[in-house]
Amino acid sequence: MSAPLHFQSIAELSAKISAGQLSAVELTQSIIARTKAVEPRVHAFNSFDDADALAQAAASDARRKAGQSAGSLDGIPVGLKDVIAVAGQPLTASSKMLATFVSPYDATVTQKLQRAGAVLHGRLNCDEFAMGSSTENSAFGPTSNPWDLTRTPGGSSGGSAAALAAGAAVATLGSDTGGSIRQPAAFCGLVGLKPTYGLISRYGLIAYASSLDQIGPLARTVEDAAIMLGAIAGHDPKDSTSFKSPIPDYRMELKTRRGPWKLGIPKEYFGAGLDSEVGAAVEKAIAFYRSKGCEIREVSLPHTQYCLDTYYIIATAEASSNLARYDGIRYGHRTSAAKDLLDVYQKSRAEGFGDEVKRRIILGTYVLSSGYYDAYYLRAQKVRTLIRQDFLNAYREVDALITPTSPISAFKIGEKSADPLAMYLCDIYTIGVNLAGLPALSLPCGFTQSGLPIGLQLIGQPFREADLLATAYAYEQAHGWNTQFPSL
Amino acid sequence: MNYEAVIGLEVHVQIKTHSKIFTRVGAGFGHEANTLTDPVVLALPGTLPVMNKAALDAVIKAGLLLGCDIAPVCKWDRKQYFYPDSPKNYQISQYDQPICLGGWVEIELPGAARNVMGEHKRIALTRIHLEEDVGKLNHHSTDSLVDYNRAGTPLMEIVSEPVMHTADEAYAYLTSIRNSMIYGGISDCDMEKGQLRCDANISIRPIGETKLGTKVELKNLNSFSYVRDGIAHEIKRQLAVVAAGGTLVQETRDYDGVAGTSQSLRSKEMAHDYRYFPDPDLMPVHVDEAWKEELRRACPELPFDKQRRLISEYQIPYTISSVLIPDRELSDFFEATAQLAGLGRAQTIGNWIVNDLLRELGAAKVPLSASKISPVNLAALIQLLDAGALLNAAAKEVFTTMFATGEAPATIVARLGLAAAPTDAGELEVWCRESIAANAKALAEFKSGKDSAINAFKGSIMKASKGKANPKLVDETLRRILAEEYN
Repeated sequence: MSAPLHFQSIAELSAKISAGQLSAVELTQSIIARTKAVEPRVHAFNSFDDADALAQAAASDARRKAGQSAGSLDGIPVGLKDVIAVAGQPLTASSKMLATFVSPYDATVTQKLQRAGAVLHGRLNCDEFAMGSSTENSAFGPTSNPWDLTRTPGGSSGGSAAALAAGAAVATLGSDTGGSIRQPAAFCGLVGLKPTYGLISRYGLIAYASSLDQIGPLARTVEDAAIMLGAIAGHDPKDSTSFKSPIPDYRMELKTRRGPWKLGIPKEYFGAGLDSEVGAAVEKAIAFYRSKGCEIREVSLPHTQYCLDTYYIIATAEASSNLARYDGIRYGHRTSAAKDLLDVYQKSRAEGFGDEVKRRIILGTYVLSSGYYDAYYLRAQKVRTLIRQDFLNAYREVDALITPTSPISAFKIGEKSADPLAMYLCDIYTIGVNLAGLPALSLPCGFTQSGLPIGLQLIGQPFREADLLATAYAYEQAHGWNTQFPSL
Repeated sequence: MNYEAVIGLEVHVQIKTHSKIFTRVGAGFGHEANTLTDPVVLALPGTLPVMNKAALDAVIKAGLLLGCDIAPVCKWDRKQYFYPDSPKNYQISQYDQPICLGGWVEIELPGAARNVMGEHKRIALTRIHLEEDVGKLNHHSTDSLVDYNRAGTPLMEIVSEPVMHTADEAYAYLTSIRNSMIYGGISDCDMEKGQLRCDANISIRPIGETKLGTKVELKNLNSFSYVRDGIAHEIKRQLAVVAAGGTLVQETRDYDGVAGTSQSLRSKEMAHDYRYFPDPDLMPVHVDEAWKEELRRACPELPFDKQRRLISEYQIPYTISSVLIPDRELSDFFEATAQLAGLGRAQTIGNWIVNDLLRELGAAKVPLSASKISPVNLAALIQLLDAGALLNAAAKEVFTTMFATGEAPATIVARLGLAAAPTDAGELEVWCRESIAANAKALAEFKSGKDSAINAFKGSIMKASKGKANPKLVDETLRRILAEEYN
């Protein structure tokens, strides 16, 4: 007895489509119907263009009829976080600043998905400019977690996670600067992959912190994540930080790379603040790998305690600069109350940005200021090098690291929004990965007693996503947490 | 107390590339507003810069021409300030790791007279770095409009050490940079088009003092004469402040070239904090030996080196060389013509170029490259003259026609009937005999051994022939008659 269409995986749906049992239009109609049914409760979308999605689906069906199907993503509805540009579609970053902005150009990942035949539908809600861990910082209102509507889906890619968990998409793209794909994936019972920095082009991704941002997939299964990654990975001449390397067939590699792996348990990731139910679930997952013959070894990442500080210096410094372009001059929100140029800047930005964005711009401006640069930014960059070195040292002993994705499961909407520091602590296990530029993946590893998903994080070596996915696949195949769905 | 001025210049040179520095859209001047833009130039959300290698090539070449060390690694920094001409509200530039370090600019100071070469000096450079140009604001009565066509044009900043002391030196420095950049094909350096811009840092100090005085940055020096006049004015202003017992303040001043005055723009306290930090969107650039070598091979001879060579190889006067040298095409034209016509004719060629060619170019308002004149034709014209087949007056007419039509001089001579005549030997014999007979005094002088006395006969022959007698034939005939009949 298979799940309803809207809860099926890319692998299942594309098999049906290629067997002629299902058309892309039928699938898209089903996703649209599901979206309309759940969206009033979940609010995962900033906007949705039915007609455009159906036109893309019809084009996909026409390709297949002509014998020109582009592969396993052809005809599959995929949702994009509202920080990824699609020509002719809104691009808001969930900010009042860009509330009416329509992108005239495509992101590179957008073009790659289009080439793979995906039906791009919907602009998914997120924390404003991807700054946050709960999707509460959206100018268009918070998104709810489909497993418990009173809780957040995590963030900042909360819309990408919630839409997928609710059956309003078959797969989605998010972006991850400090955990923004993995933590929502953990909170919503999904697979979320943050690829190695440089594997995916950032061209067309609204920049939050350029040296940390990376686009990645959220999917129902590890195999789906592999399919999505294969579609979007690869060097892009439009992004100087994108890496030139051959892209393996991630989906095929899942079944050929079989371990056993040497797995490291970073002791710093299991200390105070880790919820006991989360900790227990992760311990069980570790036990599984041990039972499969993997060598499990405790390792140390001694600079972990500096991750949060380092992250909030580097990320905010870059953000303060990246967001300077939103000035009301060329596009975006412009105050109607300006008397002079300074007014245009100050009022447009005061009116257009939300509190968290302002907080980070001010912090970032401060750490880059004359006289403070060496003490903050320069020192943070040095610590960042040490943090990366911690991971590389660990990889002399082990193939990958296992940690919880988040110290806690999904928290209540409003629970932490008055306490930025408590919110920042949600990312404690995920931000080191961004600082080190490594690939990491979150996958479901159980549920709390109250029925909330728990995420397991696997951290891999640079550009070895194929190994990372295969490690996750081995666990997933033996468990099947992803056959449970929220009752909405 | 006697004071000296200390001047350092920051010279911005727009690099002539097909596309902009960080994106593929075209670069250029004089296009309709905001047509040379794309999502990257306009800093739309999500866009990223990608380095244009041609701009890097140009700045490395400039560095090699000016004797700089090319850094093996350089990086990109964001210079941050809010202004509508800057689409990202930061400018991608190079802060602490510029691409070129050190080097110098050779300058020539004004000579004692126009025809005397002035003193040459080397002005030390601090650095050259690459950055992006910003857009342009057009202010109207109630609003201001921004044109982003210029935004993202590759721009290099050449920074001198504070080692110049007079406005003349600064003028010579800027002139030398312009000539070198034009020679290198790096920029056209047209100040009117903003391709060359100059800010000056000026201070004064008692002679003998080694510490720098309070510096004033002078902006808006947007022509060569404004650079000279503005700096001279600022030095005078500072001397006057000190002479009146006042104190100089560190500030930025705006020079008004029309009024010949300056006013304070902002003081030190109002200076920007640019919050420089490394641009995370761009990778550092590694310049290896092979890359440098490739560019070194593309480096032309520098203008002053060429001038010294032209003077020594072709024996042309300084005055002619100083007209030829600033224009690389013109000096190349000279050399090509001299190679065809013979080194011995170099000065004649120089005169033709400096007087006639420049006059025609000026009248036609075309650059040399667009004109129809060629070294082959000019050399041929000079050979006709030398052969006596053409007289000077006629040659001028041939030149003008040649400039207009591009025809070979022989064709023009034939078509217009300008060939030197007569060719009737009998008539020439008669004129020669009559001339000798009528010039007893010259004959006596000639016979006494003064060879130049023969010119007296030639003058009256030319008159008799109405200027058409072939000078070479006249000379031969006269000497034959004198030898045969008056010996």
